[in-house]
Amino acid sequence: MAMLRNITIGQYIPGNSPVHRLDPRTKILSTMALIALLFLVQSFAGYGFAALFIAAAVYISKLPPRYVIRGLKPLLIIIVLTLSLHIFMTEGRVLWQWGFIAITEEGLVRGGMMGTRLILLVLGTSILTLTTSPIHLTDGIESLLKPGKPIGIPAHELAMMMTIALRFIPTLLEETEKIMKAQMARGADFESGNLLQRAKNLIPLLVPLFINAFRRADDLAIAMEARGYRGGEGRTKFRELSFTSFDGVCLAGVLIFVVVISFLF
Amino acid sequence: MPIVVENLSYVYLPDTPMQKQALFDISLTINDGEFVGIIGHTGSGKSTLIQHFNGLVKPTYGRITVDGVDLSRKGVDLRSIRRTVGMVFQYPEHQLFGETVFEDVAFGPKNAGVPEASLEERVREGLAMVDLDLDTLRDRSPFELSGGQKRRAAIAGVLAMKPSVLILDEPTAGLDPRGRDEILAQVQTLYHQWNLTVVLVSHSMEDIARMAQRLIVMENGRIALEGSPSEIFANAERLRGMGLGVPQVTTLMQELHRRGMTKRADIFTLDEAEKEIMQFLELKHHGHA
Repeated sequence: MAMLRNITIGQYIPGNSPVHRLDPRTKILSTMALIALLFLVQSFAGYGFAALFIAAAVYISKLPPRYVIRGLKPLLIIIVLTLSLHIFMTEGRVLWQWGFIAITEEGLVRGGMMGTRLILLVLGTSILTLTTSPIHLTDGIESLLKPGKPIGIPAHELAMMMTIALRFIPTLLEETEKIMKAQMARGADFESGNLLQRAKNLIPLLVPLFINAFRRADDLAIAMEARGYRGGEGRTKFRELSFTSFDGVCLAGVLIFVVVISFLF
Repeated sequence: MPIVVENLSYVYLPDTPMQKQALFDISLTINDGEFVGIIGHTGSGKSTLIQHFNGLVKPTYGRITVDGVDLSRKGVDLRSIRRTVGMVFQYPEHQLFGETVFEDVAFGPKNAGVPEASLEERVREGLAMVDLDLDTLRDRSPFELSGGQKRRAAIAGVLAMKPSVLILDEPTAGLDPRGRDEILAQVQTLYHQWNLTVVLVSHSMEDIARMAQRLIVMENGRIALEGSPSEIFANAERLRGMGLGVPQVTTLMQELHRRGMTKRADIFTLDEAEKEIMQFLELKHHGHA
């Protein structure tokens, strides 16, 4: 159960910092630019600048740094795996050897780079979700996808599906925890046994979880219809997005930073 | 199996921005053979508190001992604790999963290591304790049962482990008045006939007042009041301040008592109220005659 609480991706922390107040479109585009930067730079110096940028964003947004870093925990295995794959599988000047296992200089460098890239990717993107409420986030995505409508991109439907999915993550986690506890009260064991045994032990958790999720989905569909929902056509918004001059300055700054850094490093 | 809670505090999601202290320095004892009611407004911490009683939640500070065994100690066999301290969650029917009623009710005893041969007996007994019959339900899917039956089948799943303490979290939530009365009567039977120690959690005074011997009132993660129902209801104003109130019949009788019409103010059931009022009317009648 402790595991479920460590999922910070997609968690919004309310606040009133300049980063929180930015238009979601500014934040989405900036995040995309940052992702591009992380794939374009090929040196530790470049990553250093990206890390500085992320640190500055965390500082301005007043997010607790420990909490942001904790978001890496669920990805630890992937990061370690990437690191070790690169360290052991890259050919080059051998630094250390034991049997057929060899560490090369090139492997260390590439592993280090890939690991840094992954960590920065997760940290950078989590700033977006930590400072933007799910509603703003999907509003932003919908607005950015709108130009694609003539070529058949269902902007509103995609945004609505995302809103609903994001909205139900905490609900489902809570429900999972509750069912787990109820079954543990009946002696269920979710923590020991081999892989097959563990998978089998999940049945008393998954069956009620799915049944409840379907029931919830049904209720939600009826509630939406009862309130006259019939797709995005002609739908007005309670919260209008507003792209201010401050947004323009921030976005321009981020884009210039990304272009310069990716050219220099 | 006395449950002893000493200076229990619980912090939810420590070291995160969502950190919140749910329980503050709680000490209480649940004695053998008692019927204890825990009342509190939504969010008062009552559900979190009872989940400590069988080790589902670990205290941040403080200690819980069940029959002398400290639940926080390393190597404690929590599964055997959970067998003796049975817990029925809110909306227990939402945790049904078995293909058949038998499979679902047998889940607990099976995990407790009851041998295959005596499994049927356990399931039969568990179902019988809530007035359900194994022979008619054995191969039925639990999802086909009616709402009230589903809930009783889910409770049977806990009873089949033969607990000596039964904790029920809002067992009447979402039921119609008739279903509510049925479940409460069932709980009474479990207490009187099967000699279970019962802890009943509810936000409804009406439900709890006439059944429990001792009430614990929770407010904002603390024990606000503790005592017998009559001691608790003497604090009617304070209870209303907590959004809880006093059973309607008690309010009426307190008012009659205040106006000097009846002798007793500590009445929680309709039957008693009727007796008291009849007595008053007869006295008045004779007085005039």
